[in-house]
Amino acid sequence: MPQLFHRRSNTIARVSILAVVLLVTAGGWLLHASFWSPYMTKVNVPIEQPVPFSHEHHYGGLGIDCRYCHTSVEKSSFAGIPPTETCMTCHSQLYTDQPILAPVRESLATDTPMKWNRVHDLPDFVFFNHSIHVTKGIGCSTCHGQVQKMPLMWKVNTLYMKWCLDCHRDPAKYIRPREEVFNMSWLPPINQLAQGRKLVKDYHVNAKQLTDCSMCHR
Amino acid sequence: MYSQPRSDPLEPSKFFKNGAASRPLVPGTVARGHLDADQAFYQGAIGTNFVEEFPMPVTRQVLERGRERYNIYCSVCHGAIGDGNGMIPQRGYPHPPSYHIDRLRQAPVGHYYDVITHGYGVMYSYASRVEPADRWAITAYIRALQLSQNSRLDDLPPNERVKLEAQNK
Repeated sequence: MPQLFHRRSNTIARVSILAVVLLVTAGGWLLHASFWSPYMTKVNVPIEQPVPFSHEHHYGGLGIDCRYCHTSVEKSSFAGIPPTETCMTCHSQLYTDQPILAPVRESLATDTPMKWNRVHDLPDFVFFNHSIHVTKGIGCSTCHGQVQKMPLMWKVNTLYMKWCLDCHRDPAKYIRPREEVFNMSWLPPINQLAQGRKLVKDYHVNAKQLTDCSMCHR
Repeated sequence: MYSQPRSDPLEPSKFFKNGAASRPLVPGTVARGHLDADQAFYQGAIGTNFVEEFPMPVTRQVLERGRERYNIYCSVCHGAIGDGNGMIPQRGYPHPPSYHIDRLRQAPVGHYYDVITHGYGVMYSYASRVEPADRWAITAYIRALQLSQNSRLDDLPPNERVKLEAQNK
């Protein structure tokens, strides 16, 4: 009976075992890399909008408070996207002939809301509440970054669960005095951890509860 | 799971004609606890007469809340001290009058409440952004600003006066 396999087959078998291992590793690495890539996370990727609204100009340049437009951030889960009326509070008088503001004027004239593209969108199975965060000393910039330097809006954090847990496991790392919550330029002091531990206590943050599943998945 | 068949606030919807998931309130809707029957407090006026007195006690807490809200919603135009020289007028918006002119110093508190609620001249209404209690707090703070810009050294309590004089040395 002739040999079923040629002598070469031994080598081919060994190489293919190695190839499978390599392929699986590479595949895993590729999945992981793409999961964390800006393409997937949209981190540092400016999102195009119908009007190129600049936080850099409105907050950084003019010094308009966050809450002037995001009015419900202190009392609701949703910070609020301003109605066209809020834009027109100033732009009924300023830059009234600018073509880039045409969609805003049209929105007012036709009484149809502006269609902004969402920058920070949590999955629907996550419960998130803005008001509790700002009330307990988590500042806007901790999650949204230095928006006073953003001519267009982008995310600076993945909003992945790992990122949420980083703070929920030890809020002392990020908590700040309440009066600094809306200050985008606030930076953690050298003694952040010590101050943070004190603030966690003062603001009655129940740190143990923060990692309960039902905290965010209700 | 990631995107569940429900609508988030302000999301678009194909179901409704105007394309928005959030429904506008039916005109005349009164939310629970918002009957707002107290005319002086919710209208700032009885009939057509602006109220002259604050319809609630003005405490330190109210003034501090007023200062915070004023600095969010008002100071962009009216300026931090109420002189009408905020950042937005500096960029070309028509200047609002200073709070320290005679007409506005004499104006009843109800006038300020009314202006915040309904707007005035080129100023838009802030009713959707500032709640009634906050409108009164802002009004109280405007009164404090007016006092601050029209005070004499003699008006200060002696201990505050000593502090101030020490600063100027």
